[in-house]
Amino acid sequence: MSSILIKSARPYGDDPVDVVLRDGVIAEVGNRLAAPSGAEVIDADGLIALPGFVDLHTHLREPGGEDAETIETGSAAAALGGFTCVFAMPNTDPVADSAVVVEYVYRRGREVGLVDVHPVGAVTVGLAGERLAELGTMASCPAGVRMFSDDGKCVHDPLLMRRALEYATALDVVIAQHAEDPRLTGGAQAHEGAVAARLGLTGWPATAEETIVARDCALAREAGAALHVCHVSSAHTVAVLRAAKAAGIHVSAEVTPHHLLLTDAVLSSYDPINKVNPPLRTGADTAAMRAALAEGVIDCVATDHAPHPPEAKDCEWAAARSGMLGLQTALSVLVHTMVESGLLDWRGMARVLSERPAQIAGLADQGRPLEVGEPATLTLIDPDAAWTVRSDRLASVATNTPYEGMRLPARVVATVLRGRVTARDGEVRW
Amino acid sequence: MRHLISTADLDAISANLLLDTAERLKQALLGREVRKLPTLRGRTVVTLFYEDSTRTRVSFEIAGKWMSADVINVSARGSSVAKGESLRDTAATLAAAGADCVIIRHPASGAAQRLVDWGGSINLAQRAPSVVNAGDGIHEHPTQALLDAATLRERLGSIAGRRIGIVGDVLHSRVARSNVFLLTTLGAEVVLIAPPTLLPVGVADWPCQVGHHLDAELAGLDAVMMLRVQAERMRGGFFPSAREYSIGYALTQRRLDMLPEHAVVLHPGPMVRGMEIASLVADSPRSAVLEQVRNGVHVRMAVLYHLLAGAPEDRG
Repeated sequence: MSSILIKSARPYGDDPVDVVLRDGVIAEVGNRLAAPSGAEVIDADGLIALPGFVDLHTHLREPGGEDAETIETGSAAAALGGFTCVFAMPNTDPVADSAVVVEYVYRRGREVGLVDVHPVGAVTVGLAGERLAELGTMASCPAGVRMFSDDGKCVHDPLLMRRALEYATALDVVIAQHAEDPRLTGGAQAHEGAVAARLGLTGWPATAEETIVARDCALAREAGAALHVCHVSSAHTVAVLRAAKAAGIHVSAEVTPHHLLLTDAVLSSYDPINKVNPPLRTGADTAAMRAALAEGVIDCVATDHAPHPPEAKDCEWAAARSGMLGLQTALSVLVHTMVESGLLDWRGMARVLSERPAQIAGLADQGRPLEVGEPATLTLIDPDAAWTVRSDRLASVATNTPYEGMRLPARVVATVLRGRVTARDGEVRW
Repeated sequence: MRHLISTADLDAISANLLLDTAERLKQALLGREVRKLPTLRGRTVVTLFYEDSTRTRVSFEIAGKWMSADVINVSARGSSVAKGESLRDTAATLAAAGADCVIIRHPASGAAQRLVDWGGSINLAQRAPSVVNAGDGIHEHPTQALLDAATLRERLGSIAGRRIGIVGDVLHSRVARSNVFLLTTLGAEVVLIAPPTLLPVGVADWPCQVGHHLDAELAGLDAVMMLRVQAERMRGGFFPSAREYSIGYALTQRRLDMLPEHAVVLHPGPMVRGMEIASLVADSPRSAVLEQVRNGVHVRMAVLYHLLAGAPEDRG
């Protein structure tokens, strides 16, 4: 395996050092290191080095939705975005509710080889919320499923959720909940509040999230299970999470970049590019998300990368599908909302983008320290760069980014997965 | 004026201009044997209705025809993605075929605004059609608010300083939204009167007052606008029963007697007699329901006139 010398990178934003990667691990860290013969030299010249990013929440759409994304294009977007590991949600066609489908996703991810693709298994058969899928078979198959979710739908039957949490404890896996009480969100189109009232869009009340999270925390406590809360969007949910964590409940939570940055104020154009579930909420909510992420009440960032074909967005609001691209803009949105505001330093960024998500999913070889002997899995970032988002230049098949034309800070210069450069200077290394 | 999507886009000057034009058109047609003005000859107006409607569609059609426009009615069905042609493709087709104005009613809030935005991106030899919102979901119905304002002005002499109650299912009412913004722009005080379950969360941000008790408000009102209780939009559970709704919010003879002498009763129709409004009240001289319909034609003529008449360079 080839070697790489990274010259003068700043791990976690600390003082510049040279790093030699050899045989997939970090072989040396020090000053004025010599390049091993035949090594690729990356002159980092002050670039920030962080462990490779881990995304617990993406939709890679394959199988069944290849008009929006494939495991190949999604992996490319991930590598370009600085990710070395992504979790692929099971709402594909067919649904990833069996060993057959999760193994397919896992195997395709390996074949593409740009990032570690971990399939998330469905909690219930067909995401129908009626009976448990074969969690044990999926956990023990070669795909080794670590996380289960009906994402896109809430496991809203309390008895079924209880059983899922209990059953999961024997498998040492985590149940990730899309927290949305469907009885409170019938026909919902936008965050319930002043903007939705004005625009005539049926409201998605924040209580529909908060109440499910509160219920699930109680169920997880009794089951002794690990609960992960997907895409937290409401300030009220943060209060529930804080109390649950203080009570020692094994609960973790993620927030998306768009819920850190965007508010429902952008809805007035009725352009469904901004339609997402859970919906964009208020400025008070984005402020609460940022504070909770900085504090650690929300553990990590996950993109909820959700590609859709043009016809699913180029229509009236109510007919449009929910979701937005996120993999290639996540770092920049994070730098804009968390680093520039002083809420997180680069150590904190490593925590929310890499270390915590890897811990939540129980990954041994992701989110590791940048130290000798650890996996050579890292991302180099130019914090001083700025770029303008152009949807047609993103690697995804779909183009549904809400950041079109926005100028954002920071750029991924290189992504390295176990000693292999997967992306450099905006180009994928296939 | 290029499009009419929301009454919030109208300032007092342009709103009054529309109402004045409607009044002038009404006078111009008064007592004429042949009710036809040549103003929009050669202009093509398409009504594109994705929802059932009798009064609004007929009103727009008559308005167009009385001004000599060629009016074409298109009935469309179903949502865009589920089946058939998308809204965008339908809109592009109408534009390419040469429509000067598309009057759209659609069950999705914001559909009219989408048409405007797509018009800007469609690459056509001619300019994109003007868009008139004839009701989009539970968002707005601006020409209904204009005809209500025209009727109030006629009956009360003026709108500024008047107190107007809007009663009933505000949550699902595009009429209520359009009226709140237009009437306050014209200087009226608006009070929404409904059970809390039929008011949107966030209504506190609207430029109006909110009450829950109709009896307590009646004596202070110059006009009361009864909203349709839209049974087809009800997902159930907004109030216990039709009977209890009637007890709290129907405009009965007893309540009519509690209004000041001069106060007017409006209803956008179609009326649910009994549950919303007693038949005696609906048919009483205090009711302006049929005047609303008549004014609807004149107001829509005024809207089409300001969108379509005049030299093209004035309309850019």
